[in-house]
Amino acid sequence: MIFLLQYFAKRLVSIILVLWVVASATFLLMHAIPGGPFTTEKVLPEAVLKNIEVRYKLNDPLWQQYVDYMGNLLRWDLGPSFKYEGETVNNIINRSFPISAQLGLYAILLALLVGIPAGIISALKQNEWPDNLAMFGATIGFSVPSFIMASLLMFVFALKLRWLPAAMWGTPQQAVLPTLALASLPMAFFARLVRSSMLEVMNQDYIRTAKAKGLSGNTVIWRHAVKNAIMPVVTYLGPLTASIMTGSFVVERIFAIPGLGQHFVTSIYNRDYTAILGITVFYSILLVLFNFIVDIAYAFIDPRIKYVEEKE
Amino acid sequence: MRRSLLLAMVLSAALALGSAGMAFAAEKPAKNQTLTFNLSVEPQTIDPNKSTGVPEAIVELNIFDGLTRLDKTDRPVPAIARSWKISKDGKEYTFHLRDAKWSNGDPVTAYDFEYSWKRALNPATAAEYAYYLYYLKNGEEYNTGKIKDANEVGVKAIDAKTLKVTLTAPTAYFLSLTAFPTYMPLNKKAVEAGGDTWYTKMDTLVTNGPFKIVRWSHQDKLEMVKNPNYWDARKVKLDKLVYTMVEAESTELTMFETGQIDLGHFPPRPELPRLREQKIVKFTPYLGTYFYEFNTSKAPFDNPKVRKAFAMAINRRQIVEKVTKAGEVPAMAWVPYGMPDAKAGTDFRKSGGEFFKDNDVATAKKLLAEAGYPDGKGLPPIEILYNTLEMHKAIAEAIQEMWKKNLGANVTITNQEWKVYLQNRTDGNFQVARAGWIGDYVHPMTFIDMMISNGGNNRSRWADKKYDDLVEVAKTTTNAAKQYKAMHDAEKILMDAMPILPIYFYTQPVLQKSYVKDVAISMLGFFDFSSAWIAQH
Repeated sequence: MIFLLQYFAKRLVSIILVLWVVASATFLLMHAIPGGPFTTEKVLPEAVLKNIEVRYKLNDPLWQQYVDYMGNLLRWDLGPSFKYEGETVNNIINRSFPISAQLGLYAILLALLVGIPAGIISALKQNEWPDNLAMFGATIGFSVPSFIMASLLMFVFALKLRWLPAAMWGTPQQAVLPTLALASLPMAFFARLVRSSMLEVMNQDYIRTAKAKGLSGNTVIWRHAVKNAIMPVVTYLGPLTASIMTGSFVVERIFAIPGLGQHFVTSIYNRDYTAILGITVFYSILLVLFNFIVDIAYAFIDPRIKYVEEKE
Repeated sequence: MRRSLLLAMVLSAALALGSAGMAFAAEKPAKNQTLTFNLSVEPQTIDPNKSTGVPEAIVELNIFDGLTRLDKTDRPVPAIARSWKISKDGKEYTFHLRDAKWSNGDPVTAYDFEYSWKRALNPATAAEYAYYLYYLKNGEEYNTGKIKDANEVGVKAIDAKTLKVTLTAPTAYFLSLTAFPTYMPLNKKAVEAGGDTWYTKMDTLVTNGPFKIVRWSHQDKLEMVKNPNYWDARKVKLDKLVYTMVEAESTELTMFETGQIDLGHFPPRPELPRLREQKIVKFTPYLGTYFYEFNTSKAPFDNPKVRKAFAMAINRRQIVEKVTKAGEVPAMAWVPYGMPDAKAGTDFRKSGGEFFKDNDVATAKKLLAEAGYPDGKGLPPIEILYNTLEMHKAIAEAIQEMWKKNLGANVTITNQEWKVYLQNRTDGNFQVARAGWIGDYVHPMTFIDMMISNGGNNRSRWADKKYDDLVEVAKTTTNAAKQYKAMHDAEKILMDAMPILPIYFYTQPVLQKSYVKDVAISMLGFFDFSSAWIAQH
């Protein structure tokens, strides 16, 4: 038990260190790129610019801004957005993350429910038609970029067939196309991943042993092979969940979904300093958190992995 | 509503009788008066004092009403101001206000204007467009902190219905400015109750325009309904007005084609020829000039002859017909069409004419030789800088080719991300840069005064005392003939020196369903829905 606590403490320290490095590096890089939040096409008079800098404390020395920012970050106060008047970064995250997370969860569920069975079937029917079909689909899902997939889905199902609304968010119908667009890549990835690890596992000695002992084909596959073949999926699931739940710039932009994904890119275009930092840190937190959960999950699935030295 | 319905019915009956058997009849208003317009972006704010952009103005102009409002032809007409008197020297305006109400039932008073204008100028407000109010006496001094007392600013409510405004100089276009968002009145009670974010909360968002906001779903849509308290509510025919915030151009088009929106204004460029053929898109005039700017402080563009040679060696007609394809007009001058001249009903551009011939390669070669670069020999490599966008790239490539072919110049093109590009232009790190200028008000001065020596937006570093003097004359005289002559003369000096190279005058492509009627689309890019309606379809 003590060892387990020690492990958690170690992980916690490294997580905090990672977050600090991410926040600091982002802060420095962001101030290093030319142009600021109030660099506008129609140049502002000196005095007006000064009033704005005072209001947003941009006239403080950089180290002071850094110290202030880190202080606020500890209290999870991400500051006002420079782009959207009277809006805070906390507000932006609070309102757009749930939308991205909801869409992301649909996509992950769809990818798992379709991708894993497709991979298993492919492996069991290697080089037969179900395998060829699944791998053909996976190659398409894998190689077609999401902006093309999204546009294609919209063209076929919204413009030509008129089955579904083209864009925007709110009704279940509106969720269908973006879910498909977002799920296509991880779905294809899962299918290929599960297929190859299944093939590998099926040739392992312990499977042969199990078969030799006279266990039925189904028991071997489900109790022994699949359980091990699924390991790479779990590894991949951590970073995938973090990235897919924070939204995709491309899919959210094309389907006009008011999620968090768009902000990753637009905040940089706008030099919306507080938004860049807040969103990056938020994403990092989710990323380290999900990786942590995955590490824990290993211990339950894979008997070879242990975080606590067993005593002799 | 009932009156207009009756009128429409009588009209349609008359037309039907008169044109029996013909394919069309006068259109009747539809039962459902809801219009969905794609604003395309989330407004940065809808606090009129603080907003700067066109999308924000498209919200504010439909929920607020200023002293004046721009009509279909962009001329200011009375709005909250019933009438006004202008002093002989052109510096004092006395506005008489009509009886009007805020959406919460409060009367709209002269005090609301005084409060709003002073708030915009208050340094603590840190409004970007505070300088729009520098026309007011002591406006700039108060905003820059030179004077502390707001009461010295040239705006005073004499009583609830009379507003007295004092300007630093006679400003011919002041009545157009009073139709602009920065000059809208504000309900002090609501603003103070709501604090910095008064306009995001539906209970403190008190407005006085044709529509009022009922729901703002950020980055998604803005829902408005007709404001029954609007003084001219009888004119407003739409019951509901929805703005969507769909940024992707191809998505906007699909939504338009599938009926999710009725009106949009960012059709994807590659689709324009098709949309034009199908009569889905129309191009309305837009007060803007697309141009290239020379850095006149660096050789070879410190020489006006070189600048002119490069300007004449471009085939503008080919660019608008083959590259941009949105009905743009080749620009052989700086000020675009659509702005008034001294005599009522005349157009500044039409009377000013063009300053040089398009695609005049012979003259260009001659000028370049005179400058000491015969056939481009001795010219240093030229780099065109533009901000990353497909259309700018296509134009830059066309021009690169023309300069190579016509002048023998060795031209490269470089793109930069928007803010990097802005910073480099401001810092003078460029030779030739792509640029655009959109007018702020309908008067040639909005273009002419950009190019004054050391003007913040004059990134060409060109300076000419005679030009500055003419601008000063135009800004201070009350004699219209003298004022317009000074601006014409100034433009001639500018085109003679050619620190900027005009390419074309912008248009506004609009996707509009045929049943959408009477939307006033301003040359400034604003959409006014106060008279709009939906026909049966």
